[in-house]
Amino acid sequence: MIAPDGSTAGEGMNAVEVRGLSKVFNAGRPDAVEALVDIDLVIRPGEFVSLIGPSGCGKSTQLRLIANLTEPTTGQVLVNGKPARAARLDQDYGMAFQQAGLFEWRSVTKNVELPLELKGWDRARRRGRALQMLELVKLSEFADHFPWQLSGGMQQRVAIARALAAHPPLLLMDEPFGALDEMTREHMQTELLRICGETSTTVVFVTHSIPEAVFLSTRVVVMSPRPGRITDVIDVALGSDRSVETRETEAFFAKVTEVREALRGVQPADLEPDIEQVVEEL
Amino acid sequence: MVWPPLVFGTVFLLLWETAVRVFDFQPYFLPAPSAIWDAFRTNTSLVWEATKVSGLNALIGLLVGTAIGVAMAFLLARFRLVEDLLSPLAVGLNAIPIFVLVAVFNNMYPVTSEVPRRLMVTLVVYFIVLINVARGLREVGNVYLDLMRSYAASDVTILRKVRVPHAVPYLFTALKIAAPASVITAFVSEYFGGLQNGLGSRIVSNIALSNNAEAWAYVLGACLLGLAFFLAAVALERVATPGRAGARERDRA
Repeated sequence: MIAPDGSTAGEGMNAVEVRGLSKVFNAGRPDAVEALVDIDLVIRPGEFVSLIGPSGCGKSTQLRLIANLTEPTTGQVLVNGKPARAARLDQDYGMAFQQAGLFEWRSVTKNVELPLELKGWDRARRRGRALQMLELVKLSEFADHFPWQLSGGMQQRVAIARALAAHPPLLLMDEPFGALDEMTREHMQTELLRICGETSTTVVFVTHSIPEAVFLSTRVVVMSPRPGRITDVIDVALGSDRSVETRETEAFFAKVTEVREALRGVQPADLEPDIEQVVEEL
Repeated sequence: MVWPPLVFGTVFLLLWETAVRVFDFQPYFLPAPSAIWDAFRTNTSLVWEATKVSGLNALIGLLVGTAIGVAMAFLLARFRLVEDLLSPLAVGLNAIPIFVLVAVFNNMYPVTSEVPRRLMVTLVVYFIVLINVARGLREVGNVYLDLMRSYAASDVTILRKVRVPHAVPYLFTALKIAAPASVITAFVSEYFGGLQNGLGSRIVSNIALSNNAEAWAYVLGACLLGLAFFLAAVALERVATPGRAGARERDRA
């Protein structure tokens, strides 16, 4: 279902819809690699979904398929109700990677302006929006700095500002905090939740950190080693108002344990009633 | 820091001067720096005339070589097939002991022509520029390409917004190597005949006449010319990439 003008396609649609998706690299050759098998996943608008799994489980590939940076072998990906390719061409999502990927010859503001520039916005409008985005990530005073003058965490915040500059309904993130130290990382997680809350952005987040996935997500999708499949989907009902204290609650620990057990492929049968109880208490 | 090299240079010249006096070297063996400086001062206008000739040859070769090198680099970056066809040719061309070509070029043009020397400089410069700029255009990190594709950018847009700006520092790296190399090439090319008006031919003829101090005065002229070319390339880099000056400082630290 694609709306005629494309612009209202997001209304009432699933943010992401993945059906019968599989991906084989080097298909038909001796070195063929089955990266993903039979993936079905529906993400509703406003959700924060983490993909977690061991290295090489295809979680980044799945993100790249949603982003239409690579084509599926079989199956279908709909983003905002449109085929992934159409969604990419309409810039329906923003993307951030482990490397901030800032252009060193552009100032911080010019980096944030880039997606708008490619959309054909005029200078004044671009600049206005970029400054607004920098305010959102609390980097206003660094607007005219160059990337090399910023710390790793600040660079990543610029990358997030850039990814959200065009106000896309969906944000795709591939281990964006993987290269940051633990303190910066926890701070960035809190900031990301605030930013996504303020902009009501849906997020698909690839990580291999269990606490990160639990702290950020409304749902954690657990994947098996290659060939990657979804082995578990864990709802994380920690509420929408998460803070530093959330990390110290029983419910948080219980969810971390649940995800860890799921990754081990063992069902924490004896823990389940307790968790439900804790969740209800929240 | 500017002081250590200055101190080193001064000490070196003092040692040289002292050695010539103490060991009483004959002028045809090694003239003293003071003698070279005297020869340079009395022949300033002659050295200047010769410098202009060699300098113009170097400059024309540098400009033409850079233009061809950049154009080729774009072709290579844009079309895989062109790269497959031309890369072996470019490498092959560079493998020729190029000064041999001066003799060939000299046969192709009248004796009074400066073209063979300029062709030589062009060849040398072209290769340095091609290799560096092609790398700058091609070796863009995957994260940048993914990012641009997520913005639905076309290949032409990626070229304009990413590859070209990424290649600019590579061009200046090439120029900083190619600028002094163009002077050396222009200068050495004069050893193979043609008009006797440049720095290289002046050195040859002065040595033949045992005017060693004068020959060294022309060498000094050649040094200054090479230095001027290098500094011009550095200055151009500073002007063209102001935002990256700080990044350069940091990389050095």
